[in-house]
Order: sequence, then structure tokens, then C-alpha cells
Amino acid sequence: MAAAGAYDAEREREAELRARELMRSCVNHDEWAMYEAHGLIRVYGQASRSPTRGTRAAGRAYGYLIYPHKPLVGYLVDSGRLLGEYCVAFGGPRLPAADDVLAKWLALRADERALIASANVHPIGSQLDPARVRRDLERLAVWERDAVGSVWSGELQRL
Amino acid sequence: MTMKFLAMQAGHGEVLIAEGDIADREQEALLIAAFRAQLDLGMWAAVPLSEPGGRRAAELVGRFEEIPRDAERVIFFPRAAGG
Repeated sequence: MAAAGAYDAEREREAELRARELMRSCVNHDEWAMYEAHGLIRVYGQASRSPTRGTRAAGRAYGYLIYPHKPLVGYLVDSGRLLGEYCVAFGGPRLPAADDVLAKWLALRADERALIASANVHPIGSQLDPARVRRDLERLAVWERDAVGSVWSGELQRL
Repeated sequence: MTMKFLAMQAGHGEVLIAEGDIADREQEALLIAAFRAQLDLGMWAAVPLSEPGGRRAAELVGRFEEIPRDAERVIFFPRAAGG
């Protein structure tokens, strides 16, 4: 019998499953598929919501990678240049991973400026290995390219 | 129209904290009380939305009156701070 407050792997697993269901009901199909496949979600900055529709100015489109329990990573879409780590934490005990990602997604979608203003900004490499982040960006690019023609490719085209 | 209030909770996932029909005055009053209690606890309140074209979005609300009347869910989560 586990002591009160002790880590309970089964309880945490069930919490994560519930959190995933909530996430799936809130985010876009492609974002959900991204989390399922890679354990992270990419969100474009508000000024560059529609890169595939050509509405962004060259060199200005940026996005964030949302990792569970890690800083948001900002990057430039055109060049892949990593901009920095935006550290935000949701107070209190640690949320399930999917809830942590969803909370960041909700806050970014609702008020990117306020969330970023509340973040502690650190150079890339402070908490996340830049090589890992670059690998994730490359994996996402390949994954999205391969996804064209899949069931939700129309969703991707509307990004 | 039934509206659900869900709160993210460590070690649990979301928890249903209130549910009611905002067209019913008594139920609306209970929802308002639950909303204020969550904000008093330092939670943020987000309403998941669907934009034209079907893309999903979200809106943070600081007052009960800001919740769209047709919203099905409000999700509460701890306020973000620099980590």
C-alpha cells in the first residue's frame, strides 16, 4: 500500500490518459496526431498563423515547440533558427504531461503575448539540448511531409 | 444548454467541478460561484473554441460574463508564471 502523497505509477498513468482525452477534444487533429507521434505540439506565433497561405513576411514567421514540463522553444520557420527557451510553469503539484502541454496550448492560443511576457526567457540550451530540438524540428518536417495524403492532410493545408 | 467546468488536477487529469444550464437562474448562480472560486484559487479559465473553418482556438476569460453563452466547457488550470 502506497503512503499518502507517494508516487503512484498507476494513478499517474490513468491521469495521463484522462489528460490526453481532454487534449484531444481541444486541439486540432494535426496537433493531436503530433503529440501522439512525437510527444510535443508545434504552434505558430500569432503573427504567422498561416504560413502555407503565404500571409507571412519572409523571415518573420515563427513558432513554438510545446514540450511537457519543459520550456517552450521559439524558432524561425524559414531558417529553423532557435530563438530561445520560454520557461513557464503552472503552480502547484506537477500536472500530467498532456495537461501541461494543453495548458500551454490554451494560453498560447488565447493570449500569446501575455504568456510569453510571463515567461522567463533563457538562451537555447539552458534546459533543452539544442541538438534534440533541431532533431525534433527535422522529424516534424518529415512527418508532416509524409502525412500529406493522409486522412487529415486537409487539416494541415489549412494551417 | 449545459455548461461544464473542468479543472486540471495533478495526479488526476481533469475534474468536473460544476455543471449546469446557464439559462436556469439557479444553476447559473452556482456556475458563477464555482467560476469565482476557481479564480480565487489562482486558476486561469479558458474556453475552447472553434474558429471559422473548423480550426480550434481558445479564449481566456477573467469574468463569468465573458464566457460565450453557447460554450460547452470552461477549463481551469493553474496560472502560468515564469519557470
